[in-house]
Amino acid sequence: MKESVYSICGMCTVRCPIKVDVEDGVVKWIEGNPNDPGMAGRLCAKGSAGLAMLYDYERPQHPMIREGKRGEGKWKKATWDEALDYIANKLQDIIKKHGAKAIALSDRGGPFRDIHRSFLRAIGSPNYYNHDCTCARNVQHAALSLFGSGRKTFNYDYGNCKHLVLYGRNVFESLRVKQAGIIMDMLDRGGKITYIDPRAAGTAMKASRYWAIRPGTDYALNLGIIHTVLRDKLYDAEFVKQWVLGLKELESFVIPYTPEWAAAETGIPANEIVEFANEIAAARPAVIFHPGWMVARYSDSFYSIRTSYILNSLMGAFEAPGGLFFQKGPGDVGAKGLKSLLDTIPKPEEKRVDGCGWKHKHFEAGPGLLHLLYPAILSEDPYPVKAYIAFRHDPLLALPDPEAQKKAFDKLDLVVAIDANYSETGWYADVLLPSATYLEKSSVLTTGKGLKPQFGMRKQAVEPRNDAKPDWWIFKSLAERLGAGEYFKFKDMEAFWEWQLEDTGITVSDIEKKGFVALTDKPVWWNRMKDLKFKTPSQKIEFVSSRLEACGIESFKPYESPKKPDGGHYRLAFGRSPVHTHGRTQNNPVLSEIMPENQLWLNDEEARNLGVANGERVRVTSADGSHSGTINVYVTEFIHPESVFMVHGFGRKVPWQTRGFNKGLGDYRFETGLLGVYDPVGGANSLMECFVKVEKAE
Amino acid sequence: MSKYYIYQDTKRCIGCFSCESHCKTKNNLPIGPRLTQIIPVGPKRLNNLPRMSYVFMPCFHCQEPWCVAACPTGAMQKRPKDGIVFVDDTLCVGCKACITACPWGTPQWNPETGKAVKCDYCMDRVDQGLEPACVTKCITKCLHFGDPAKKTQSKRDRHAKKVADFE
Repeated sequence: MKESVYSICGMCTVRCPIKVDVEDGVVKWIEGNPNDPGMAGRLCAKGSAGLAMLYDYERPQHPMIREGKRGEGKWKKATWDEALDYIANKLQDIIKKHGAKAIALSDRGGPFRDIHRSFLRAIGSPNYYNHDCTCARNVQHAALSLFGSGRKTFNYDYGNCKHLVLYGRNVFESLRVKQAGIIMDMLDRGGKITYIDPRAAGTAMKASRYWAIRPGTDYALNLGIIHTVLRDKLYDAEFVKQWVLGLKELESFVIPYTPEWAAAETGIPANEIVEFANEIAAARPAVIFHPGWMVARYSDSFYSIRTSYILNSLMGAFEAPGGLFFQKGPGDVGAKGLKSLLDTIPKPEEKRVDGCGWKHKHFEAGPGLLHLLYPAILSEDPYPVKAYIAFRHDPLLALPDPEAQKKAFDKLDLVVAIDANYSETGWYADVLLPSATYLEKSSVLTTGKGLKPQFGMRKQAVEPRNDAKPDWWIFKSLAERLGAGEYFKFKDMEAFWEWQLEDTGITVSDIEKKGFVALTDKPVWWNRMKDLKFKTPSQKIEFVSSRLEACGIESFKPYESPKKPDGGHYRLAFGRSPVHTHGRTQNNPVLSEIMPENQLWLNDEEARNLGVANGERVRVTSADGSHSGTINVYVTEFIHPESVFMVHGFGRKVPWQTRGFNKGLGDYRFETGLLGVYDPVGGANSLMECFVKVEKAE
Repeated sequence: MSKYYIYQDTKRCIGCFSCESHCKTKNNLPIGPRLTQIIPVGPKRLNNLPRMSYVFMPCFHCQEPWCVAACPTGAMQKRPKDGIVFVDDTLCVGCKACITACPWGTPQWNPETGKAVKCDYCMDRVDQGLEPACVTKCITKCLHFGDPAKKTQSKRDRHAKKVADFE
């Protein structure tokens, strides 16, 4: 029997709409959902390789309970009842001794969180985390400080953009399928990209301007641009007058930051900065200064992102075609939203153990900051945490310094990993539960905000292989064992969907037909001079931020020059390849064949000084000397002499992943001593405040 | 030459290797054979900008294919109706003569079957009126399948816009 199922990809965080062709219970073909004109079949390498993941035998096949020491790799195969009873008994002991607040859970964010967040809330713990401290937290907090709402308030109208400015946002390698197509169309129509990165990543190869900025000086560049824009009156005065608070303060703050000053700091010539400022002014408001996606980079990243948003504001780029638009939800088009299980469960009264939202008022409580969980586990201040559940999240390779993290894990009574892949964290866990892949499960319905809000559906295409189970079933079964079953009475996802859709006038079969249902026919644009909805107390864009000032934090931080590495040492940068998703796909049969290991990018003149030639082995050693390894070197003029670079996620240590095991090096292992180093205002880890020694390998 | 052609609009190609993955999974291939490959060349500095070339290497489906001439069993064939060059799996004995003969490194070795395997433009899809996997799912739609005479048009159009003189 042949059938096509419309669903949502799960190979990365973008979650593209897909069509899955199934023949007699076997997936034969996956393509981008043809009902979505932006997809029209399009799919990335990872998307097609979902098939290889599904049928790979090197994925967790059944529940496993640890027998040896943590990380030793001795496991006992367990039934689901055994594994779930084991976890529930341990959790009950912990709850009895320390309360439910002693249980923490982390995931990787996204639209499919309702069930597991509800699980945590239903058992009574406030300690929900996501991966965002190594991703977009700085962006989130920068947006909050200016607009009173988070980064997802806006999306980008790339199609009509005339000048797209990207600070290491590597749009052609760190891929969003639809977006890459639209940006390519934009270039074809004569639009421009300015790409700013110490390394000429794939996006630089298509850019109209490439600036090889000195690492860590994005903030200096923005200050120089803002200085020029204000000095030469290049901004949208009408828009700024209507919507901006604090222009005068900004003007006096940037007086010393001339383009000449920025040139000395960044290595970008002053005349080019001035030329650029004039170019963007000519293109405004169809200009996007992309604030970044993953910007857990430097300890002042918050301010570089904030000034990018300020530049968008000065260009009047909000709610303008070709700029940033407000994402509209069901309520904005007069439609009813989906029901959320989480909203039906009372919030635990306990405070978050990481202090987010109360001790650290400028850090949003929501998903907290996972790096602050580690010191709390070690100090038991303000209270002990004794169990940690990592759900499709691998903090041991996402956060810095796995050895430092393990010291905190060792104080826990229970570590559980729930994943469709083996992860470094899973290998160090007490119980490893195999969750079904995205092709083998249905997930909660999603709300897609945008110019045309819609509901979307991830629908199971085939039965789970081996003994894998959908995550909703795992969390429901655990909740039932912990006496919180009252909230999880739904029989399956179909029943849950029907409940989510109550009162919306839309049925499950409406969504199944195409994989999504749009809630409006026409894109919704608001009047940009009258109807913008900023959530700040002033309802304006607050250059001088009431949110920051209330916490005693400056809205404009005087610039501090980043440290220059010592001789033979380099700042270690990392990033993405178009064929791998962070640390999750290195063992995928198809993707590992295309890219089996990473290389170390090294500046050609530096290579000459070190006496190494392209393709040779070099030894990389962490700043404290505790971690070292060898890797092939890629010698190129297209990386700044202060930087070296490797693609993230390699150097894997799970021996059951034979294709990824010990291939290449893992940046996270070199980030020694950085677990507690973070942007004090943005909250994200400062992953690129990392220096390594490079020498020719013996 | 087959009556078909895959034209790669190199200006739109971003070197994302998706075509390789689409090909691999469509043909259900084990680790080893790669029926098409993107070979990145560069980067080089051009007008003070870094520029990379991503060379797309499927089978060219030659007019007089070396692989067909070299095949001793008649497994390697050129389809009369459209010139698609393909291997008839049932006739292939795994002698690798095609692999030796092809100047472009196109025929590949399938270690699971012990036979040669190569790009056949996804002819089962073509026969259903569809396009090859690599073309269907290309992210930037830089790959175009069809009549070689028509596929050069976009390149000409783009060049014309660039050099147009209105004086």
